[in-house]
Amino acid sequence: MSDSIKGPARTIGSTEELLAYSLAMETEAVDRFNDLAEQMETHHNYEVADMFRKLAKIEGLHIDNVSRAAEGKQLPSLLAWEYEWQGGESPEGGLMEEAHYLMQPWHAIELAMHGEMRAAAFYRHVADTAVDDGVLKMALELVEEEEEHVELLKKWQERYPKPAEGWDEDLDPPAMLE
Amino acid sequence: MSSDTLQVQLQPKEYKSAVKPVWCPGCGDFGVLGSITKALAGLHIQPENVAIISGIGCSSRMPTYLNTYGFHGVHGRALALATGLKTARPDITVIATGGDGDGFSIGGNHFLHTCRRNPNMTYIVMDNQVYGMTKGQASPTTEPNWQKGKLTPAGTGINPFQPLAIALASGANFIARCSSSDSNGTARVLMQAIEHPGFSMVQVLSPCVTFRPEQREWKNRLIPAPEEMQATSDAAEAARLLLTDEGVYTGILYKGNRPVYQPKLESSMENIAEFEEEFRI
Repeated sequence: MSDSIKGPARTIGSTEELLAYSLAMETEAVDRFNDLAEQMETHHNYEVADMFRKLAKIEGLHIDNVSRAAEGKQLPSLLAWEYEWQGGESPEGGLMEEAHYLMQPWHAIELAMHGEMRAAAFYRHVADTAVDDGVLKMALELVEEEEEHVELLKKWQERYPKPAEGWDEDLDPPAMLE
Repeated sequence: MSSDTLQVQLQPKEYKSAVKPVWCPGCGDFGVLGSITKALAGLHIQPENVAIISGIGCSSRMPTYLNTYGFHGVHGRALALATGLKTARPDITVIATGGDGDGFSIGGNHFLHTCRRNPNMTYIVMDNQVYGMTKGQASPTTEPNWQKGKLTPAGTGINPFQPLAIALASGANFIARCSSSDSNGTARVLMQAIEHPGFSMVQVLSPCVTFRPEQREWKNRLIPAPEEMQATSDAAEAARLLLTDEGVYTGILYKGNRPVYQPKLESSMENIAEFEEEFRI
């Protein structure tokens, strides 16, 4: 799993722009976790589906926080591909290819944790390249928040044993029946 | 549904139907589904003005998951159906979707002649170089030394089909390659493919994580085609790129300006009456 996604590809010039990126990132995380929950439900992996629903709910709380910070501000309205994420996808979007129908709660948390790490790296890059004091301050606050999330997820993950090698072996792999 | 319906700006997720995909978690086709919805939303095309046509296979389930008109047709015949529909209803946006087996093997002949005919529609091939629905057999685009297929334990030993070079040689008017892991980039290309007149062929490399888990690495291998090579209208230049890039360049690789196939629709009540007369019992 890669945590090397940084960005954006250009300097963020205002706190409004940074909030727009932040809102897009959290919204995409909610959508992605709900998509993953649906995928797990379809494949009767209800424990992990439940885990992804919880993660979507937590990301929803992050949206509330960003929305509160954006109150009274006019955020730029951008289409999905107008956000200049390096690598094309938002850092918290999660890597859909990492999902597996036999995955366990440990994997779900691992996936979420890497998303938070990429988000922290994203905001750190914004702070490092900031030319505006407001952007710098907000980006550093966001780095701190994302790093807190990583620590919380690490603690949560400790409750689950790391799956043994071969957890994804299936002697009768799925075929879709029409 | 009427095409006179008030045009409203929809969000991508509003193009999804209530049916949840049964694809394996991790499948690249989820990314393509997202790209189609983003492209349609970006172009402000109303769902009732779109028809998604497919054949058979995992990726051919696409019409089920979209809130547009759709037809889940016979194996390999998506392009024949789609061409007929576009000829009869040139006013709607027609998109054919499917996989490499459906499109290049079972439907190979239709593929060649649809490129040649150049109807104004888009073909999205989710290429995973395997028949996934039937549990992992080699497809036309499988590399010759892939030895994991139960039917070809020593590999196929056959050169893989080169869909984009063949599309170019057969007359397709727009050719692109994308990656399902770049859902936003794919959406952007699809918007241009839909808008470009004539037959637009978009190959989306879409990993089959169940039977070809090594394809998860594709996203690290694919690179955008050099800017000076993107969207060329010079077929010879595009051919050189397509035959030498080892399948790793993404982006719009050819944009031509061939005339679009759209026969005039002339209905004659007289002819219909004659036709009915012929079949009178």
